[in-house]
Amino acid sequence: MDFFQLFHDLFFDYTLRTVALGAATLGIVSGALGSFAMLRRQSLLGDAMSHAALPGVVLAFMLTGLKTPLVLMLGATVAGITGILLMVAINRYTRIKEDSALGIVLSVFFGFGLLLLTFLQRNPDARQAGLNKFLFGQAATLLTQDVVTMAIFGGVALLLMLLFWKEFKLLSFDRDFGASLGFPMQWLEILITTLLVIAIVIGLQAVGVVLMSAMVVAPAAAARQWTNRLGWMVAIAAGFGALAGVSGTLISSLGSGLSTGPVIVLCISTIVVISLLFATNRGLFWRWLYQQRNRRKLHAKQVLSNLYLMASQHAEPTHPHAITALKVMGAGERGVRYSLQVLAEEGLVRPAQGDQWALTPAGVDAARALLHNEA
Amino acid sequence: MNEQLSIEVTDLTVAYGEKPVLWDVDLSVPAGTLMAIVGPNGAGKTTLIKAILNLIPTAAGQVLIYGQPYTEQRHRVGYVPQRGSVDWDFPTSVLDVVMMGRYGALGWFKRPGTKERQMALEALAKVGMQDYAPRQISQLSGGQQQRTFLARALVQDAQVYFMDEPFQGVDATTERAIVELLKELRAAGKTVVVVHHDLQTVPEYFDWVTLLNVRRIASGPVSAVFTDENLRLTYGGRVAFLERNGNGVGEQGDRGVGESAVASHISPTPPRPHASTPQPRR
Repeated sequence: MDFFQLFHDLFFDYTLRTVALGAATLGIVSGALGSFAMLRRQSLLGDAMSHAALPGVVLAFMLTGLKTPLVLMLGATVAGITGILLMVAINRYTRIKEDSALGIVLSVFFGFGLLLLTFLQRNPDARQAGLNKFLFGQAATLLTQDVVTMAIFGGVALLLMLLFWKEFKLLSFDRDFGASLGFPMQWLEILITTLLVIAIVIGLQAVGVVLMSAMVVAPAAAARQWTNRLGWMVAIAAGFGALAGVSGTLISSLGSGLSTGPVIVLCISTIVVISLLFATNRGLFWRWLYQQRNRRKLHAKQVLSNLYLMASQHAEPTHPHAITALKVMGAGERGVRYSLQVLAEEGLVRPAQGDQWALTPAGVDAARALLHNEA
Repeated sequence: MNEQLSIEVTDLTVAYGEKPVLWDVDLSVPAGTLMAIVGPNGAGKTTLIKAILNLIPTAAGQVLIYGQPYTEQRHRVGYVPQRGSVDWDFPTSVLDVVMMGRYGALGWFKRPGTKERQMALEALAKVGMQDYAPRQISQLSGGQQQRTFLARALVQDAQVYFMDEPFQGVDATTERAIVELLKELRAAGKTVVVVHHDLQTVPEYFDWVTLLNVRRIASGPVSAVFTDENLRLTYGGRVAFLERNGNGVGEQGDRGVGESAVASHISPTPPRPHASTPQPRR
């Protein structure tokens, strides 16, 4: 399948279009709400929630015998919220700290969910087939009714986020100050956490419980690199989430039997790596480049003053010296030749016979000014 | 003197588990006062402010602001939390942070507009930060962060202010600017309560002081209550020792005053209230 064909199918192939729409929806919602989770330092909470949702999905099916998305999502939501409440309770009433409580809830719920899954598989009941997709996600199985349910839940979550924008910003930045203004911070906390649960639950079928937390953390982390404004951060994170969702779905649709979850996560990871390295202002690559440039500037200055100091032993300040002598002078073995070339381009030094270098009259002035400043 | 009480606290008690952090604290602060709260580390200074502002659960006690319960008077109260209590890498600008001071008056759902922006810019001008309005907050120095918080409190346009260590980590110039600002607020009839660490500057900056160490040791005009005896009671005998020996080696206080850092906050000779009278009240 060539690229053009794929692009064509994205809009006109019913299955592919449905699947891409679903992936975009989950990317937008988890990216946007994940930004708030990250700023409130609760990224890991998403991990616990998504793992905790697994037994909810299986139990919902066992109790109702239905596989409609609404029923399964409700089950996942209830289990996810139960997990959070348990974590809060463990944290409050025992001496176990938050990170350990998170680990306990995550593994116990996930283990229980796996147990239920294997139990179901032994049952000779064909209807349960397909629940496995909640582990690693299978976007190809998304139907129109799934996507519609996702869009409704996600849309409501995003609307509430926009409605409470100012309050959520206050909660994320300065909770105590918000409380002193009279806003019920605890209720806002519960609300935003519930929205995060919704964001996770709508992505479970496509991405799976194991990797869904990446869709909460990664788009936000990547977006933070590109902007210093909350509004832009949320918008960019939503965009990145959608991009990863759609591209991951397309790639996994090319190969047969590729789970969508891992592919989508690889896509968003690529976006994160690129953002960490090349984002304007914050990118590591630019910072490295800036440091190198500074280092070279310093090195060139050092070579210039060394040349001047050596020449001052002679009558003529433009007396040439061997490059080996400059290397010994301790400006660092490496890069002496490069620094000399840079200085030569600026007209401060000139090459002489036999790998020797000398200051030009302009170079003498520059070196004097340099040493004078340092003194 | 304005006879009206701006802050009235009775029997305020806070406990974490079994351990009381604040015990039966009473305060009566007249309007138009600049009051310092001093005490050793762990004395409950921050806890007192947070308890008054209803930010932490209290075991007992009542707080009145201008004669009414605090919850009904919120709009007349401004708050400056400790600078270190927030993440300064949060993606937002100085102007945005200052506008947060208007969120309470705006109420639910309404977004800040031109009026709020104007108020925030004026407040920033008052603290000398007008050029920093569009700055990302992570680029601010400690003193600039503190002034941003003060500007946010100013746009609250409150009658009573609670400030948690506004002088922490700021340079001498900024400290003087902040003190000037506090005195302006007092001149406008507002009450400002400040958690303070530097005993030496108490008589110079403030006209009232509360000495706190879990219990309220003393509270009143600086000239009346900022005495050697009260300081000794607050810091647990250590001040007297310092006075006699004139060095920094203090004996262990009996009130759980552990950190030697406390000693450095105490001047070798605590200022005598009679020698340096606080500036005349307006």
